[in-house]
Amino acid sequence: MTEAAAATRSVVVRREIACPPEKLWRALTQPHLIEEWLMKNDFAAQVGHRFNLRGEWGGVLDCEVLEVDPPRRLAYRWDYAHQDPAFALKSVVTFTLTPTARGTHLHMEQRGFRPSQKQALGGALHGWTQFLDKLEAVAARAN
Amino acid sequence: MSSVSTAADDIFRSLADPTRRALFERLCREGEQTVGALTLQAGVSQPAVSKHLAILKQAGLVRDRQEGRQTHYKAQLAALAPLVDWTQEMASFWETRFDALEELLKRMDQ
Repeated sequence: MTEAAAATRSVVVRREIACPPEKLWRALTQPHLIEEWLMKNDFAAQVGHRFNLRGEWGGVLDCEVLEVDPPRRLAYRWDYAHQDPAFALKSVVTFTLTPTARGTHLHMEQRGFRPSQKQALGGALHGWTQFLDKLEAVAARAN
Repeated sequence: MSSVSTAADDIFRSLADPTRRALFERLCREGEQTVGALTLQAGVSQPAVSKHLAILKQAGLVRDRQEGRQTHYKAQLAALAPLVDWTQEMASFWETRFDALEELLKRMDQ
């Protein structure tokens, strides 16, 4: 756990949305609505519910609802298992909704780590060859 | 954000070339090397190796050190951090998703 804690990072995205928190909450918690802006899913707003998010790219995220406090706070586990640790991810996504004069302030924080991260940043050589092989394909796309 | 993307672009560009990638991998695996030692296995001339190393250096992937008449090169693995930092890709992922979310909320009004 200390290893994971050491390598934990977070990404925060905030946005002012012109609608009341209750409506935004629906978009965050109703499966057919989640599908429209995020991914196909079998979400249910119950703590402990396990579900998948299925991306258009074929990837499947393993998720578990951790917190449901309508219409203020929603958190779920967001894990991506991949045989190559450069792509795997273990994280928690938390949405916080705050009513404002114009609508709702939406704050999203994703905290977590990649199993490869500590290695990579620590300079260990393990896995780099494989990683570098993939760079070729990525670089080709970038051009 | 843009300076980080530029750093990543430089890294991708410099590693897109197979000769440079081979040089970099060798420095990763075998540690510090002289230009001469790298040339022996590179399959290209020493000036060509030096030119490739200069590009890797510009991308921050290697560092050089002069010792007498020899230049030693060392891989800088920390330079790859922009590529393995998942937070950047996720930030742009969420920005795009939130655009879609706002579109959806507008549609829900109708």
